[in-house]
Order: sequence, then C-alpha cells, then structure tokens
Amino acid sequence: METVFQQYNPVPLEKVTVWFKACHEQDIPKNGGACIKYKNKQIAVYHFQRKQKWYACQNLCPHKMEMVLSRGMIGDSEGIAKVACPMHKKTFSLETGENLNGDLPSIATFPVKLENGFVYIGFSE
Amino acid sequence: MKTVIVVGNGMVGYKFCEKFIAAPSSNDYKLVVFGEEPRPAYDRVHLSEYFENQDAKALELAPASWYSENGIELITGQRVTDIKNEAKEIHTATGNSYTYDYLVLATGSVPFVPPISGVEKEGVFVYRTIEDLEEMMAYASQIKAIKPNGKAAILGGGLLGLEAGKAVLDMGLEPHVVEFAPKLMPRQLDTRSSNVLRLKLESMGIQVHLSKATNQILGDKVIEGMEFGEDDCLDVDMLIISAGIRPRDELGKTCGLEMGTRGGIVVDNRMQTSAKDIFAIGEVALYNQMIYGLVAPGYEMADVAVNQILGNQEVLMPDDIDMSTKLKLMGVDVASFGTPYMPADKGLSIIFENKTKFLYKRINVSHDGKTLLGGILVGDAADYNILHQMYLNGMALPDNAEELIVGARGEGGSAFGSAMDLPDSAQICSCESVSKGSICSSLLNGESDSLKDIISCTKATTGCGGCKPMVVELVNETLKSMGKEVKDVICEHFEYTRQELYGIVKVKGITSYDEALDKCGHGDGCEVCKPALASIFATIYNDTANKEDVIQDSNDRFLANIQRNGSYSVVPRIPGGEITPDKLIVLGDVAKEYGLYTKITGGQRIDLFGAQLNDLPAIWKKLIAAGFESGHAYGKALRTVKSCVGSTWCRYGMDESVSFAIELEERYKGIRSPHKLKGGVSGCIRECAEARGKDFGVIAVEGGWNLYVCGNGGATPKHAQLLAEQIDNETVIKYLDRFLMYYIRTAAPLMRTAAWLEKLEGGMEQLKKIVVEDSLNIAEELETDMQSLVDKYECEWKQAVENEEIGKRFKHFVNTDDRDDNLVFVPMREQKMPEPWTN
Repeated sequence: METVFQQYNPVPLEKVTVWFKACHEQDIPKNGGACIKYKNKQIAVYHFQRKQKWYACQNLCPHKMEMVLSRGMIGDSEGIAKVACPMHKKTFSLETGENLNGDLPSIATFPVKLENGFVYIGFSE
Repeated sequence: MKTVIVVGNGMVGYKFCEKFIAAPSSNDYKLVVFGEEPRPAYDRVHLSEYFENQDAKALELAPASWYSENGIELITGQRVTDIKNEAKEIHTATGNSYTYDYLVLATGSVPFVPPISGVEKEGVFVYRTIEDLEEMMAYASQIKAIKPNGKAAILGGGLLGLEAGKAVLDMGLEPHVVEFAPKLMPRQLDTRSSNVLRLKLESMGIQVHLSKATNQILGDKVIEGMEFGEDDCLDVDMLIISAGIRPRDELGKTCGLEMGTRGGIVVDNRMQTSAKDIFAIGEVALYNQMIYGLVAPGYEMADVAVNQILGNQEVLMPDDIDMSTKLKLMGVDVASFGTPYMPADKGLSIIFENKTKFLYKRINVSHDGKTLLGGILVGDAADYNILHQMYLNGMALPDNAEELIVGARGEGGSAFGSAMDLPDSAQICSCESVSKGSICSSLLNGESDSLKDIISCTKATTGCGGCKPMVVELVNETLKSMGKEVKDVICEHFEYTRQELYGIVKVKGITSYDEALDKCGHGDGCEVCKPALASIFATIYNDTANKEDVIQDSNDRFLANIQRNGSYSVVPRIPGGEITPDKLIVLGDVAKEYGLYTKITGGQRIDLFGAQLNDLPAIWKKLIAAGFESGHAYGKALRTVKSCVGSTWCRYGMDESVSFAIELEERYKGIRSPHKLKGGVSGCIRECAEARGKDFGVIAVEGGWNLYVCGNGGATPKHAQLLAEQIDNETVIKYLDRFLMYYIRTAAPLMRTAAWLEKLEGGMEQLKKIVVEDSLNIAEELETDMQSLVDKYECEWKQAVENEEIGKRFKHFVNTDDRDDNLVFVPMREQKMPEPWTN
C-alpha cells in the first residue's frame, strides 16, 4: 500500500510538463468534487464555485489508503480551501496538501486550469 | 525509598492516591494499595445508577491501568487482617506480609444492621457495594418472575435509604421506605420539608412508613414481612437495610490504636491516629467525635494526610466541617446546608411551601437579619449553590431576605445576581476544593480557555457534579468579560446554534446552502455546517438528499453507507421486519448477481455489502422494480421500527405489534433528524422487540400501548422512559409526531434523543408537559409540520434511478467508464470481505 501512496507527488506549477485534458467543466459538481483517471492515477478535482477556484489532489486518503477523497465535502478553514475525507473526516488543505486536523502525511496537490469549458490538470510526467 | 501502604480502595482511598502522586515531593515514595473488593475504586455516591446501566466500568474512578501507569501497586481482592506496628508490618488474609513507613487506613464503613430478630433470612440485603446490588437484582428478578407486583422494603429513610428506594423502583418492585424517626432524612430535613418530600415520593409510587420500629422479620426461611408492633405488619418479599453505617475499625483494634466508644479510629486534625505512623481517613476516622459519611470531608481528610506524610505540616483539617448536601433523589431536588433547622432563639426562619407543586424552601437567618445560617430546599434546588456560598462566605443578606427563595419568580432573574459576585476564596467545588479564584484566574492568565480545560486542569465538577452549573456560569461569564464568544455555535461559518439556524432558515425562507451562507454565514462552509443545514432543509421542506447532493454527508450524497475499502452497502427498507418469500428471493438474486456479502442487521433487515459505486444505480433499479424502497440506513433519519411477532401469531401477544410497527415505520420513513432514529414495538411486556432500547418504543399492555422515548443502545446504552400509558394507536401517533418534531427542531447536530433529553431543562417531566399536556401550546404546529413531512415523502433512490442526471453521480471516474481497480476483496467463510487495513 505504501507504494500506492508513493506514486503521488505534488506537482508545483513551474514543474508542469503535461496539461492533461481531464473532463468538461460540467462533469464536476459545483461546490463539490469528482474523480478522474490519468494513466494509473486517481485524481480528485474540486470546483469551488463560490470563489471561482479549482483544485486537484490525489484521490487516496493517507489515513487508511482508500481512494475516496473526491467523495469528501469541501469548504474552508479560516480561509484555506480544504476537503474532509468521507471515511473519518480527516481534513486536508487543498492549497498545500497539509493535514489540518492531525499529523498524517500531506497529500499531493496538482495545478488546475480551465480552457474553453474544459478542465486541465498539470502533471510532470 | 519509603513505602506508604493504603488499606482500602474506596472513594477516599483513591482520592489519597490521586492527591499523593500529584504532589511534587511524592517521587521518593512507593505507594501500595490494598482493596478488598475485586475491582478498583468506584463511585459509590452514584451507585444507584448501576441499576440503570449495569456498567461497573462507568462508575470506576480510574481503570486498573491508571494505578500501574502512576507507579502505584494495586492489590485487589485481598483483605488486610492485622497490623504489627512495632515491626511496621501488615498481614493479609492470604498469609502475606508487607512493611511500611507510613500506613493509611481508609477502610471505610459497613452498613449498620440493627439487631432485629430474623435479619438473617433469605431476601434481606444491605446496600453498599456493586456485589450487593448484583445480588439484589438477581433476587428481585426471581421475585418478579413469580410475583409481578412484588414489594420490597427499605429499612431507613435517610439519604442512602431513599437512593435504595430508587433502585427498587428501577428493579420493578413496589418500594416501601420504613423509617424509625418521625421524618425522612432526619439529619437534613425538618418535619415540614419531610412531609413535602413524602408527598412527592408517594406520588411516584414509593410508600413511606414513618415512626416504625421493626420488631422482627417475618417468614420461615425466606422473608415474608416485617412486624412493627401488635397488629402492625407489612408484607414484603425483600428487604434492603440502609440504617446507617459503622466504621470498619477492626484493624485499629489489632494494634491497639485509640478508638471511640462507639467505634471509629480516633484522629487529630493531622489525621494522625494514636500511633504516629498510622493515619486514618474517611468513614473509619473519628474526628471531633464524629464519623463523616459524606464524600467531601473524606476527600479533605485525604488531602490533609497526603500533606502531613510529605511534610507539609501546616495543612490541617478545619474544626468545623460543612455537612451541606444537595442531591437529586429520583429526579427530586433535595438540599440542606449550614444549620438546616434550629430553635427560634438561635435564629429566624423564612419558609415557603407549596404542596401542590411539592416545593419547600426554608432559610434561617440571624436575629439581626444579616447572616444566612442555613436552610432546606425540596423540589427545586436551583439556588442551592449560591445560597450555600452565601452561607460559607458569610456574605451580607439583601434587605428583603425572602427574595432569596421567592423573589425571583416571574422576573427571570434571581435576587442574588451571579456566581461572579462571590469572593475569590469561595469554594465552588467542595469535592475537589476548587475556589472561584482558581477557576477565573486560570482563564484570565490563559492557561485554559474553555469549560473542558477548566475541568481537566482543576478537576472541578468531577466529584458529585453538583457545582457544574456554577462552574459553567463562571467559565462563560469570565470568558465573556474577556471578550470571547462562548456560544455553542455550529462552526466557524455560522455563528448560531442549530436551533437558532433552524429558526433563521424558516423565517427567512432560505432554501439553499449558498443562500444560507450569503444571508447568515460566511466563507465556503465545511463538513460540519453543510450536513447540519441539509438536515434543517430536510426538516422544513422535506427535500430529499438529491436536491443538493454536495452539502450532504458522503453517505447521504451517494445514498449508501461507505464501507472500509470505499465500497458501499445497500439496505432496502423492510418495514417492521416483515418480508415476503418473493422479496427475499429478489434480494438473494441481486446479491448473487453483484457478488455482495449479505447479513441480517440488528434492525431486522438485510444488508448487502461490497457494492461498487458504479453498480449502485443498477442494483437499486432491480430492487425498486421488485417493490423495495430506500432504507435510509445511510442517513440521519429513521432506520427501522423493530417488532416482535405480536398477537397475530404469538400466544402471549396483547396486540398486533407487527402491524403497528409497519404503520410507524411507513409514517416516519425518510424524515431527516439531528441523528439516526430507531423505534420498536413489542406485543407484550416480555419486550422481544427491545423497544426500550430505542429512541421510541411502544409496548402493548392491558388497555392500550405504553409509549417510551429517548432510549438507545450504542456506546452509552439508555433505557427509554415512559411518556404515556395505556393509550390507543391514534394517541401514540399523535404523541410521537409531537415528540419527534420537537426533538428534530431543538437538538444539536448529531445529538441522539437520550442525550437531548438529558440536556432538556426539566427532563422527562418537562417533556411530558410539552408532549402530553401541550404546555408550550405548540402541539398543533408540531403535528401539522410532521404531517406535511409525511405527505411529502419520496423514495430518494427511486428519484436517483429515474433521473439520468442524478445517475451520473455514481460514476467512479468522470472521464472514463473504468472501475476502481484499487478495491480488493478477500474470501471469508462462503462470502467475501474487504482486504483488512494494514495501518
């Protein structure tokens, strides 16, 4: 399982080499999230419609190693965009990937951009 | 290293250990504790609670592991038989011996059994230990089996005796309290307050017999009755003796310690006995010619002994010991403080009595009207803490002293302001000796910033709990004075309680989460406020979880319960647990087709596990076609109404429990509430449906149904309590409509009915008034609201499979039809299970 986790490394904007055309804007529920597949990776994508922002992170929760983060509720903690895992409500910053209510390892986050109604996610490989 | 041996692991012995290890200089000592009972020290003050929950662990003051973690050697189940003081040695019943540098005797007391002829008969018990209770309960259930209206007498109308009365009531026998004195609780109450208390107890079904000297216990080998005088007998099937205590001072005699003429080991104000290395504390210690049977003086003695042993010789027991008490006897407040009653030459009394409401209040003031000397409160002791503090601190009385007990009525305020007016030295928690000053300064200097912090760093409220309201008030007021918000708000996005938010949503007609954020919240919301608002919308508009799926808790969003590996379970509704063979076959077929693990649930339905998100709509389509509906197992909503087979088949059944369970389940299905709701209907008092373990339970009796509410199983099981008796089907539904709607409106998020009732001011009595007597004049509104929810019911799974847009929600990936290859199942028995977690 550890190896699954190690597959996911954060990609800063300047390291993006591939902009993957993931889905249509409408495929992601407003103020919610959904999961997309890139190669063998599962990526959670969220649309914060209230503040016109998009976020992407690994779908894998590092707590129990389940592919579930895309099904979590999103929101903010003191202004920081976050997602709560549906399993045990572990919350992670979508800006830094940091675990906000515990000391779990950080999750990997990925840059997102929108073009012509399509959602693109940035990868380095 | 020096050794301190503590003999006795009761409440006071435990307190000694706790205070000893907390003292900074105790590291040079080894602590060895002997307990005669098989378990570590427990809370005897709340012993009668054992009848309700039978959970010995809940009464434990600290688990056995606490002792070892703190370097204390705890030896339970071993009795110390002998002290050899010259050799500084003790001997145990098992023949072992241990040496000590200091010995602390905390052996407590035994119940006093008066020398009445026949007390050795079977069916006569004492009330002191958990083992006593277990024996009593076993005996009581034997009696009930052969004699449903059996009677049990309690000998002694004091504090403990009345507690035992509650225990008897809980065991289901008819209680009779027999007291030698002409009044109840002779030490604490005057005759008039005793009369008020007696009326109240009798209204609850507890018979009181005063001025009765028991001559003998009647019966052959087994108790059959009690004889008081010529032609004066009481038939009883059981007797519980609670006629006072006698110190367990045998050990003192074995080494020649100075003893009191009527027992007890004599101690001075250092808690030292006549041998300088031996201390005695608690109910075995005779201090000022008195044995103190209350926990607070016992704790203070423990503190003094700790300090004396560790060399802080200035810590001494005060000369005057406060014997004030406040307690709830079977839900009735009884309190007395200072000098509760006195002849007129010592002071003057102000008395308020209202027998129609079982109320009695008395305060005694000095002749000059300036000082409070003591008092008694029966029926309403809300003002006890503040009166007690005024007495302890010698605070000046207001000009119209009567306002202290009658003035506040109707004005909502109280004559003496708040706990904040007390001097800093005022002792707020007498069990743990916590002063007002230490609570407030801990908040002011930033050590603590919540009630929880205060409790964990001062231990206030952890003893008898009587000071809780004052501590809460001090914490809230102090925080407020520091400019901190102390409201029980939902989260950082909505600064309201759930009940307030409910009102706002309803009044402003808010219908979506975004609108709520715009109108009365801020930020992007979170996993706390989103489902809370979803639940509020559901209550007001009965929207299903499909309307705004992204604010639903994950389970509600996907209309299924997420399981260990991210797969889901499928639970169709099987109302009342009744199902046709054809429908059973459908369940089997669907499970086979999708490879699901099947299990019967605790709520009489069938759970299908291991469904993948993608398959949920197809599975439900088949189930719905076969006539099934959502079981709402994923929601904070009605789960099941469990039923026994009832009078249709059962030869004992009094009524059709299955039919009624189905009717109730169909009525309340789909309604969202602050937490899950479970119901039960039993066809007779054998209670096979376990209805009293549910949020609402209905049991058929002669002449109708008994309705019980606010029970649950789970981590802290609670029996549901009687709301109404012998009512017909229509009335059950009427009361349930009102009860459920009132709960749904006023409870905090994720608060089940039992916890809600505990918080409800006035408790069950108040709930009865609201639901049965309609004291708030809202019954009609509650019924209308409930009826409108019932009328708007829609199966949300039916919506989901019929609407293509909703169906899209169940795709694992939005950019491909691939399935989640991360899901791994392993075989188990003849089915499958998720691969176990490795971390």
